[in-house]
Amino acid sequence: MRYLGYLLRRTLGGALTVLAVVSACFLVLEALPGDPTDTILGETATAEDRAQLRRALRLDQPFATRFAQFILDLIVPARGMGHSLRQPARSAASMIADVWPNTITLAVSSALVAWAIAIPLALLAASRPRTKTDAAVGVASLVGVAIPSLWLGPLLILAFCVAVPALPFPGPDAKGPLSLVLPSLTLGVGMAGILTRMGRASLRETLREPFVTAARARGLSEPAVLVKHALRAAMVPLLTTGGAQLASLLGGAIITEKIFDRPGLGTLLLQSLTARDIPVVLACVVVIAATAVLVQLMVDVAYVLVDPRIRLS
Amino acid sequence: MSERERRRWRLQGRAAVGVPLVCLFLVLALVGPWFAPYAPRAIDLAHELEGPSRAHLLGTADNGVDVLSVLLTGARTAGLVAVSTVLISFVVGSLLGAVSGYSGGKTDLVLSRITDAVQAMPSLVINVALLALIARPGFGHMIAALSATGWVAYARVSRAEVLRLRDREFVTAARALGASSSRILFKHVLPNAVGPLIVQATFGLGGAVLAEASLSFLGLGPGAGASWGALLDQGTAYLLRAPRLALVSGGAIAVTVLGFNLTGDWLRDALDPKEQ
Repeated sequence: MRYLGYLLRRTLGGALTVLAVVSACFLVLEALPGDPTDTILGETATAEDRAQLRRALRLDQPFATRFAQFILDLIVPARGMGHSLRQPARSAASMIADVWPNTITLAVSSALVAWAIAIPLALLAASRPRTKTDAAVGVASLVGVAIPSLWLGPLLILAFCVAVPALPFPGPDAKGPLSLVLPSLTLGVGMAGILTRMGRASLRETLREPFVTAARARGLSEPAVLVKHALRAAMVPLLTTGGAQLASLLGGAIITEKIFDRPGLGTLLLQSLTARDIPVVLACVVVIAATAVLVQLMVDVAYVLVDPRIRLS
Repeated sequence: MSERERRRWRLQGRAAVGVPLVCLFLVLALVGPWFAPYAPRAIDLAHELEGPSRAHLLGTADNGVDVLSVLLTGARTAGLVAVSTVLISFVVGSLLGAVSGYSGGKTDLVLSRITDAVQAMPSLVINVALLALIARPGFGHMIAALSATGWVAYARVSRAEVLRLRDREFVTAARALGASSSRILFKHVLPNAVGPLIVQATFGLGGAVLAEASLSFLGLGPGAGASWGALLDQGTAYLLRAPRLALVSGGAIAVTVLGFNLTGDWLRDALDPKEQ
């Protein structure tokens, strides 16, 4: 109950941030030079088609009405966040709902890969400072950071779908958990590199703290000291970075989606932008911004769970 | 330079790999296109997607374009975009950050909110959005889009440095001697904050090379010239027929980014004596 007020305040603040972000996008799209009917229909469109599109875009109404309608589209569930211009029969919300499961499974599985690699490596390196193991982990994490997913993706496909055909070749037909392995690795390795470096540094610092010495003095085994005491306290910077990484993945891993020919939020946003499908663009922006705010809130709550020295306020 | 300092700046370990890679990239960006055997868009339909030969050392891509020429010309594109983006972001970001940190109050509040807002969205999404709205994006558009998100990192670093420095004795001394705010900022505070900014710029160059490649990979690159990212786009399309394209172009991107990261690491350690 203690946290209810805090959560309410944060949710309200988050909703305001999302509102500010979409309003800014709305204004930017509004301020773009050129007649939107030209860019959408091409210059050869008939006057009739143009008039119809202008009505669909509500361009025949004053700005204030348009903005109010836009906000209503977003908050009234039945309006489905407005209608797509490319596929007039479909609502923006339904188009996002189509790709959302793909985006969320890829984001979560990549984050899992990243943490599963990073935490053991960071513990290994931090518990054996200035040894060959430490140096090897350092080099591995540097390479992980530097290999762009642009390159790692094709390399993994060549290795595991062509040279050793163990996994399905990516494409619209590739479904099931096996098709998720390579995209998650592609995204996870780079994130793991960053998390490993941060985790090692954070753990090294925590291991010098008095409460670690106290835990050792009480006769706890070294693994218990490392995992139960040091790792918990060292988690805070990792959660910050991990949260930002997760938010960015949920915002659409456009590159990886393209390499593996997977539908997703990023691709939908890019396609809608190129086609000037403004209602879908704005709906995507709302979802991306809202996810970012939500992940940040989860991270802030997680701080308290892992580090009892932190209080929510 | 003392023996100790000399040891700190010695090129060994990571730096022995990173610094030569960065130099190689910069030299290629500068003179690479002059050594390209063909024009980066010269079409030769009779020799499409062929393996390496005497005429085409790294083989050909779609439409018989010479891969080596694309790589050499692409280095110029990557270098031009990266250096311009970092220059603009460095100057704009460090100035805004310094003003924000030094003046505090409402200016600081507004500028910090703007940096928070830019960082709230993934930068690639913002870049993609800005470029996708332009009918035919060119070099200028790409640099502008990348700078629109790039300055934030420098603003944060310079704000933090200015906050750390502004109440130090040498600044108080300058103020006591009657120096103006801008003199204090430019002559006393910023010169002491340059180290971390240069480290940030080194990582920023690698990041900008990667961003240019990513955007070109998505088909949002400048139409003129050649790009490693655009070649990689072909490479993934012809991954089965000509895996060479993806390997070579992605390799060039990866090695360049690795070089800048290693150099950035080395500079950070060398500029920060505490880490020794």
